[in-house]
Amino acid sequence: MSDLTCLTAAALAESLAAGEVSSVEATQAHLDRIGAVDHAVHAFLHVSTDEALATARDVDERRARGEQLHALAGVPIAVKDVVVTRGLPTTAGSRILEGWVPPYDATLVEKIKAAGLPILGKTNMDEFAMGSSTEHSAYGNTHNPWDLDRIPGGSGGGSAAAVGAYEAPLAIGTDTGGSIRQPAAVTGTVGVKPTYGSVSRYGLIALASSLDQAGPVTRTVLDSALLHELIGGHDPRDSTSIAEPLPALVAAARRGATAGLSGVRVGVITELQGEGYQPGVLARFEESLELLRGAGAEIVEVSCPHFTYALAAYYLILPAEASSNLAKFDGMRFGLRVVPEDNPTAERVMAATRGQGFGDEVKRRVILGTYALSAGYYDAYYGSAQKVRTLIQRDFDAAFAQADVLVSPTAPTTAFKLGEKLDDPLAMYLNDVATIPANLAGVPGLSLPAGLSDDGLPVGFQVLAPAKADDRLYRVGAALEAMLENTWGGPLLAQAPELETR
Amino acid sequence: MSTQVDLVDYDEAIARFDPVIGIEVHVELGTRTKMFDGAPVSFGAEPNTEVTPVSLGLPGALPAVNGTAVEYAVRIGLALGCSIAESCRFARKNYFYPDVPKNFQTSQYDEPIAYEGFLDVELEDGTVFRVEIERAHMEEDAGKNTHVGGATGRIHGAEYSLVDYNRAGIPLVEIVTKPIVGAGERAPEVARAYVQTLRDIFRALEVSEARMERGNVRADVNVSLRATPDSPLGTRTETKNVNSFRSIERAVRYEVSRQAAVLDAGASVVQETRHWHEDTGITTSGRVKSDAEDYRYFPEPDLVPIVPDRAWVEGIRAALPELPAARRRRLQGEWGYADAEMRDVVNAGAVELIEATVAAGASPAAARKWWMGELARTAKQQDVELAELPITPAQIGALQGLVDSGRINDKLARQVLEGVLAGEGDPESVVVARGLEVVSDDGPLLAAIDEALAAQPDVADKIRSGNLGPVGAIIGAVMKATRGQADAGRVRELVLERVQG
Repeated sequence: MSDLTCLTAAALAESLAAGEVSSVEATQAHLDRIGAVDHAVHAFLHVSTDEALATARDVDERRARGEQLHALAGVPIAVKDVVVTRGLPTTAGSRILEGWVPPYDATLVEKIKAAGLPILGKTNMDEFAMGSSTEHSAYGNTHNPWDLDRIPGGSGGGSAAAVGAYEAPLAIGTDTGGSIRQPAAVTGTVGVKPTYGSVSRYGLIALASSLDQAGPVTRTVLDSALLHELIGGHDPRDSTSIAEPLPALVAAARRGATAGLSGVRVGVITELQGEGYQPGVLARFEESLELLRGAGAEIVEVSCPHFTYALAAYYLILPAEASSNLAKFDGMRFGLRVVPEDNPTAERVMAATRGQGFGDEVKRRVILGTYALSAGYYDAYYGSAQKVRTLIQRDFDAAFAQADVLVSPTAPTTAFKLGEKLDDPLAMYLNDVATIPANLAGVPGLSLPAGLSDDGLPVGFQVLAPAKADDRLYRVGAALEAMLENTWGGPLLAQAPELETR
Repeated sequence: MSTQVDLVDYDEAIARFDPVIGIEVHVELGTRTKMFDGAPVSFGAEPNTEVTPVSLGLPGALPAVNGTAVEYAVRIGLALGCSIAESCRFARKNYFYPDVPKNFQTSQYDEPIAYEGFLDVELEDGTVFRVEIERAHMEEDAGKNTHVGGATGRIHGAEYSLVDYNRAGIPLVEIVTKPIVGAGERAPEVARAYVQTLRDIFRALEVSEARMERGNVRADVNVSLRATPDSPLGTRTETKNVNSFRSIERAVRYEVSRQAAVLDAGASVVQETRHWHEDTGITTSGRVKSDAEDYRYFPEPDLVPIVPDRAWVEGIRAALPELPAARRRRLQGEWGYADAEMRDVVNAGAVELIEATVAAGASPAAARKWWMGELARTAKQQDVELAELPITPAQIGALQGLVDSGRINDKLARQVLEGVLAGEGDPESVVVARGLEVVSDDGPLLAAIDEALAAQPDVADKIRSGNLGPVGAIIGAVMKATRGQADAGRVRELVLERVQG
């Protein structure tokens, strides 16, 4: 592991700006690291060596000419494979898109390219982002860098593992029910789900349109703020995009790291602790609360009674929207096409393609969603779930009247073993019990490492803020991060075991 | 599939049953780009060239509503006297079909942009029939399938099919009537007149070229029969894509006759989609509509609700152009036509032609004389619409100008018209090329008169003796000698001068 791969994105950006290192060197160092460890981690589905180095060379040349560059120019990045990238294969972890090369870029990819961040490759994920362990990828498991026998979380296990294993300083994730925050929690990294509408969804292969949001996956809170500011902002191509500028996120992170939290009210959500949460997870959570209190924050208890129904509502809304969003994968225009030998009508080609191209979890949710939207069942299922969603939004409104931010453990447990919950979908779904409410309400959430549980595995601390107040995540997150690192004597990831390289 | 169907004579069917119809009209809006993306819209482009990731339904693509399409939909809604929704949404209509790129159509479902309106439809005899409008909603068009191989161009027997997504995503407004009751035997005529009136409104509103032959306007016609106007509604059939005015009328007539036969035989009408066959003038059974057809509608989560600003709506209302019916009333007043005359003009599709001809300088009476006389006869002979004749209102205006200035007479004018229709150029060029100008120089006329008087001495004597009756014989001879190019009035003057003077 070279020094260049250990740097935070902010530190690397400074070195690049100062001319101490070139983007080609930094990019090559990360490509070398991928070559050395990804055989074990399997964070990447596709490594785009040539494209990344070409971008790095271009940035170096522009810097040499004295051009004004973006603060993150030349800092390499990994992109979750659910985000479409012109010229780079994009599969969303599914066989049905094997070999598909998109003819266009997602808006956030356009921004990344315009800012000159070399794209190292596309990261592994649960198929169509359905899962909490990345075990539902059609292309094999990703392994947790802390313990290769354990899951890296999901659906964005690839992005979290890539950042956690120093294969990339920055990565893009997407979060529909916790797919950025839960992997961050179990890999000891930082992940942010921005306010719904804060980052354009144009070019994200949709899972559940009303819940999906792209966001940063990094090793520090400041790095997340830098990346969030780059990818966020209004996009007329996404009609759910917020037509307002982002709050000052980087400034909030810098201020949080130094200025304390005097006067900040931190609400602890009663319903997101206790039964079902590992003792080590709760212990780290309590210790973090004490640190916040020590920094001047006022800790209050808030109740969100309808969070109890969040998981049930989520597993109606998500499959309903997904069943419709995934209808386009039919073998007609792109991706896999399976032609049955006997009477290959369009309808039979569609059925055969979907039968072979989708994995079991995708089929499970498509069937669930199709059922939930059926005439006669719509009101009972989808309609009721939408009402629950409104109640959860009201819970948040009431809670944010009492507190500036809300906090909880990000996930109830640390990383479980590969295969452990694969045959028990309900147990798998419970991993997201603390992250799902934010998606249902559209509010932003951040997860940062809070230490190691009794099993020596990372625990995540979640901060939630009101919609469009993402800056509060960064202020509180950076403050807590600084205090925690102070107790640990450095970043938590420094305690991770060395990966075997080749 | 048998096409041998018993039919009951239409008049007999109407004598025993009361028809109820309902019409869904789709109009393609003439926006520059598609409903939900920036792909251009034009007619006749190479297949699959007017597409973007959005209109191809590529993974990751998202819709964004075309503001002009919303404005056009509001225009249509207002013109039909509808209320404009305070807030409305799009929904997804889910079904798998290769010409629907996302395998769902984005359409308005339970929240249309316009609802509860009406359209007064004038029938050929001047009767005004009010059609109640249930709603007008926005949606996107599907692509177009071409089935290759096999004899009929239909999917059955085809070797393979091609899909052109140029049309996919073109904005449509669908206008749905309430059940149209009380039309009785005139139901087919009402159906036709309704769609025709809508077409005229689309054009007046400048929201669509509204060309039936290009499929800009497409009608689905629902027909059901019941025993009496007090009976509950019968089972309806929906005949899809009836794409000419004449076909709409024929399709309704056909369904009335067919359903009457089914009911007479003691059977039940099947609720189904039927296909109209332009060539044979019949409908055949399509897919059966049943409960199994579940579109799993739900609000489109990729689009936020549309909340038309009230001031914006009122601005559109204030700027609505004069609608065809009001315009016809105004023009009738300006032109001084009798009701029956105006009706004939309207039924002949000559309003615009006459308006343009008057604008080109002809009097309204002269304009009507040309279009409803000589030209109407020509159009009928050639079995074409008046507007399809190879002559323009400007040319008719010029032609009438030649008559009014005395350079040609009525008889010559008909020859000039013939020349213009034959493609010989403008009236002026035809007059010159064919040498048709009235002879206005007295010299040649006097020579011809002298010749005629000499040839008919007895007639000359009678005239000299004060009997003016036979003057016409001399005039006729002169006209003949000058091949009609003489001004008959002048010839008469000269004859009288010659004989009496």
